[in-house]
Amino acid sequence: MKQGAVGRLAVFRLLAQRFAFLSLVMAAVGLMLLGKADIMLIERTRGIIADALTPILDVAARPAAAIADVVENVRELANLRAENARLKAEVHGLRHWETVAGRLETENTFLHQQLNVVPDPDPAFITARVIGDMGSAFGHSMLLNAGSVHGVRKGQAVLAGETLVGTIADVGERSSRLLLLTDINARVPVMVEASRSRAILAGDNRDRPKLNYLGSNATVLVGDRVVTSSSGAAFPPGIPVGIVSAVGDGMVRVEPFVHRHELEYVAVVDYGLGGIQSFEKPVDRDRRRRGGEN
Amino acid sequence: MKLSVWNRMDTWLRHMVPFGVTMLLLLATAVPTRLPGFAGIAPMLPLMGVTYWAIYRPDLLPAWSAFLIGMLYDIVGGTPLGVNALVLLLVQGIAASQRRFFQGKSFLVAWWAFGLLSAGAVTLAWLLIGLLHGRSVDAVAVLFEYLVTLGLFPLLTWMLTRTQMSLLKDV
Repeated sequence: MKQGAVGRLAVFRLLAQRFAFLSLVMAAVGLMLLGKADIMLIERTRGIIADALTPILDVAARPAAAIADVVENVRELANLRAENARLKAEVHGLRHWETVAGRLETENTFLHQQLNVVPDPDPAFITARVIGDMGSAFGHSMLLNAGSVHGVRKGQAVLAGETLVGTIADVGERSSRLLLLTDINARVPVMVEASRSRAILAGDNRDRPKLNYLGSNATVLVGDRVVTSSSGAAFPPGIPVGIVSAVGDGMVRVEPFVHRHELEYVAVVDYGLGGIQSFEKPVDRDRRRRGGEN
Repeated sequence: MKLSVWNRMDTWLRHMVPFGVTMLLLLATAVPTRLPGFAGIAPMLPLMGVTYWAIYRPDLLPAWSAFLIGMLYDIVGGTPLGVNALVLLLVQGIAASQRRFFQGKSFLVAWWAFGLLSAGAVTLAWLLIGLLHGRSVDAVAVLFEYLVTLGLFPLLTWMLTRTQMSLLKDV
């Protein structure tokens, strides 16, 4: 009699477990579908949870950064002689460029005055620290410790020094996600600096993103510099992106200037332009206006 | 025998260990390593954590915790929400239901079985992410990530076994 009750209880428990498991599977599938249907809701949820994790990740990233610094120091010490020789050669080359640049700057200022050129506004920027880098093969992105309270907005450009690193993909209150140029979802309007041919730099989770929609009569050579273009009013033109590393049949690949493993601090820059927004659901006009005001 | 409050709290804390350790593995994956070339192929430590605890203590890492860890994995890693939640949930379910197979088997057999299980998990994640993005993800990097994960399995199993032996031996 008692054994029967125990047996029934066990069966009931097993059923409950199965049911719970199946509901969780459904919940996961539901989340995926919801992510496709209601981007805003999912993004907000992501933001809130990422905000909650930010302090922990921030603390965890600090000792790692310290260790990386020590390793870096040791490596630099080991290569001191070779590095010194390389730098001497580089300085020699750059001296020449300094002279050229000085002459061009004078000329440029003079021409600007002659033509009454309106100067580009100085962009506002925020310096943020990289606190999370999952290093996943499924996507190339990083978590930054600055969010909407610090003025980070979706679509803004992220620079390291002078070069483009990527764009802001998600924004929480105190954290944001930086989508690197190499990510499968990254699309940046660029141009080949020498020939001014426009294209879209499209990441595919490899180290070298490719140039899409390059005009059929465009000439691209290995070693050409690639900079941002003003297409789509996302970024100001001329931010350095990378160097053309391979030109194959129908496929041009670009080696970005930025090295992912060297990123510790990055600048989130507000050019007052639209930035790069999600392609799946364009932001409607009055929301963009509101976004520009605050 | 009536257990004191301290005893119960001690047991409760010890029961949190599998979840806590897997969360730590998740955070460890997220720490920026700044190693050249490592960033694209960092091992999937949470996957190993979930597999290990689902085999040896499924009572302490039930399906919902695997789901939760997977969701946090998605948020920190930037993958579409729900992908890793589903993958880790299924890994937990399969590992927990096949735990009899693992018990008493040699380490090499366990390694081989983990290889099979994680291959399935990685393939599922690859398919789902490709489907949700609408374009296929570079499979070479994913394969490398899988191999790195597989290569780290002995070390991680050793660490997790030590943790289990020292903290969860009699609770």
